[in-house]
Amino acid sequence: MSAILEVENLRVAYPSRQGPVEVVRGVSFALGRERLGIVGESGSGKSQTGRAILGLTAAGGRVTADRLHFDGIDLRGASPRIWRQLRGRRMSMVMQDPKFSLNPVMTIGRQIVEAGRRGGVSRRDAKARALEMLEAVQIRDPGRVFDAYPHELSGGMGQRAMIAMMLVGRPDLLIADEPTSALDVTVQLEVLGILDDLVRDRGMGLVFISHDLRLVSTFCDRVLVMYAGRVVEEIAAADLDRATHPYTRGLLNCLPRIDAEARPLPTLERDADWAR
Amino acid sequence: MSALLSVDDLSVTFGHGADAVQAVRGIAFAVAEGESFGIVGESGSGKSTVLRAICGLAPVSGGRIALDGAAIPAPRRADFYRRVQMVFQDPYASLHPRHTIDRVLSEPLAIHGFGARGARVEAALEDVGLGHGFRFRYPHQLSGGQRQRVAIARALILEPKILLLDEPTSALDASIQAEVLNLLDRLRAERGLTYVLVSHDLAVVAHMCERLAVMQNGRVVEELTRDALRGHAAEQDYTRTLLRASEGFRKDGAT
Amino acid sequence: MSAAATPSRRDWLLADRPASPAQARLGQAYRTWLAFRANRLAMVGLAIVAALVGMALFADLIAPFDPLRGGDLRTARLLPPSWTHPMGTDDQARDIFSRVVHGSRLTLLVVTLVAVIATPIGLVIGTCAGYFGGWVDTVLMRVTDIFLAFPRLILALAFVAALGPGIENAVIAIAITSWPPYARLARAETLTIRDQDYIAAIRLQGASSPRIIWGHVVPLCLSSVIVRVTLDMAGIILTAAGLGFLGLGAQPPQPEWGAMIASGRRFLIDFWWVATMPGIAIFVVSLGFNLLGDGLRDVLDPKAAS
Repeated sequence: MSAILEVENLRVAYPSRQGPVEVVRGVSFALGRERLGIVGESGSGKSQTGRAILGLTAAGGRVTADRLHFDGIDLRGASPRIWRQLRGRRMSMVMQDPKFSLNPVMTIGRQIVEAGRRGGVSRRDAKARALEMLEAVQIRDPGRVFDAYPHELSGGMGQRAMIAMMLVGRPDLLIADEPTSALDVTVQLEVLGILDDLVRDRGMGLVFISHDLRLVSTFCDRVLVMYAGRVVEEIAAADLDRATHPYTRGLLNCLPRIDAEARPLPTLERDADWAR
Repeated sequence: MSALLSVDDLSVTFGHGADAVQAVRGIAFAVAEGESFGIVGESGSGKSTVLRAICGLAPVSGGRIALDGAAIPAPRRADFYRRVQMVFQDPYASLHPRHTIDRVLSEPLAIHGFGARGARVEAALEDVGLGHGFRFRYPHQLSGGQRQRVAIARALILEPKILLLDEPTSALDASIQAEVLNLLDRLRAERGLTYVLVSHDLAVVAHMCERLAVMQNGRVVEELTRDALRGHAAEQDYTRTLLRASEGFRKDGAT
Repeated sequence: MSAAATPSRRDWLLADRPASPAQARLGQAYRTWLAFRANRLAMVGLAIVAALVGMALFADLIAPFDPLRGGDLRTARLLPPSWTHPMGTDDQARDIFSRVVHGSRLTLLVVTLVAVIATPIGLVIGTCAGYFGGWVDTVLMRVTDIFLAFPRLILALAFVAALGPGIENAVIAIAITSWPPYARLARAETLTIRDQDYIAAIRLQGASSPRIIWGHVVPLCLSSVIVRVTLDMAGIILTAAGLGFLGLGAQPPQPEWGAMIASGRRFLIDFWWVATMPGIAIFVVSLGFNLLGDGLRDVLDPKAAS
């Protein structure tokens, strides 16, 4: 399987009063047309990894990598022009909360059309494709949602519209940062189902960033477990029960279960060695 | 029935006239002393509103809330707050940003005229697993889990009988959630507390509560015991959907 | 604490686990100071304001001449700036530099009095309106609107016309026209603070409304109001100068900067320094307050910082 994204020794550092602080410390992985999960707790650097790949690291942050290739294009020091060509068309990002990612004063339809219209597509074609996209994310009444403003949609609808907008350019790579955390469980699974179809039908590569190890393990093919800016374990999702790193095991065990009684819940004893 | 806390046909309506939104539509449940009762539901089901209504933070439009068989007067009197306390969902929003932990914990003592405040504050911090080194810190110097421990200490410092827990761990990482749930478990056993816990996470409620109610659109859909939940003996479709969803994603797409 | 050991004092201030409320508070203040110090323009503003305060305190020592009594009217009138008279002399043969130095007292007096009168009024009205809502809010905010509707200078003019000219009346007139913006600001802040969980939490502890407003709401509104007051200082100084210019503020021979400009404007073409020097003083001090206010906003106002 040829990799569409290759990351080697990715580092992200932010300046602070005590000198630069590295929040991502040497992350390496290759992504094919598959679903890769990145799991970690808050502060593990998982979101920073995703943002760095898309060149969205906040101002002041410094990104370095030995290799950061997207489909053969070196993303290190890519010019704004190259980013414009890539973002939205070949690579996209879905964020946690659609409220912050959708323009509140533009209709959903217009935003999707704008996202899909780069590169000489006629207005009519773009609209048809936007409606098609809304249908693809299982919005029952695409016409209504097309003319709606973001605040008129529920959380689940908004997130679907967001996904439609991110996918209308038919990207090869989608980075989803906690795309379902703000949603109710039942809606969450529907949205995951949509992402799953898109990976399968279109051969898209998906990086799924989440704090929820159980969800990721049921959804993704492969999981990277991050701790303090490092990948402490890389494992096929199916083999998660046989995880060897104590952090991964700890994360799995500390969740309460419906069918099993564990009292007190096993807690995670952090080891300073993990962060080394 | 010897319920410590009972809610009967409770309705909560926000707004007036055409803008009125009925968040809770006639729900009823009773919690015995020492029991832990859970309320599960998705966003907008009205589960948190129930807790806020009990505390007098949401406008009750109908029904009865009784403590020890006696209806709670509105507005709440001072002695109510010494018997019922609440822990909020977001530990980042529930502590005053400009007050030290010491002030957060000693203010309720001052309001209710307790003596030996310093000793009580130290003991309360010790109880929730924070040393006295935390006493004069500000909330922004604490992690989310530590803040939630402070919030629990604040709720317990007036020595209430009933603790209302509004998604106490949903803003925390999984490993921190386990620690806080263990802490709540231990405190309940030590002090014979009664809990009403609200959560969207079925597993958390199943872990913490002997009995639970499933809410949807402001109504209780089903009330069942932990054992019934474990035995997959839920009768309502909605409860079964929640149960299935809590197991994670399935490739066949059946949700 | 070991005496005079700077690093250990710094460690004590920045301690992770303060041992007393005083240490916690001082540590917090020190952290704010560190953040403030990093802003160079704000430090310039602070230096200007500090210089103003120092000038006012030690005016008698700094000023080489008497600000009210001039020299020989035949030989010392309208002298250009020189080593003896760094800012020249005016038509009464008074040293302008000495007058500007003494004028800082009046300026500082106006600024302080207005801040002390207007800030508490604005805070109390704003927080009460925001916290209680309903008819309290309606009544208080309509009163605020009425005050806001008066043009400041016109009201001050009317006020001074009724009570007679003088710096005290000018201060009162400025103060009663400058609190409404603070009330509005405090109300807007209170509206968001009111619905926070920490306010719900303290209500659940049985706290009374005055306790909540005073102990929980006001401290959070205070910083943005202070920032606003600091930024308004420039305007207040200019209003006071304007009243002085119109002859309704400080009365001659008081060395008020606005009044000095007014008296100097007659010879602006031939003896430019008479009106220009106090003008520069007003400009520098206004700029100082503005820079200080901007810096304070960056440090104190979490919304602007993030």
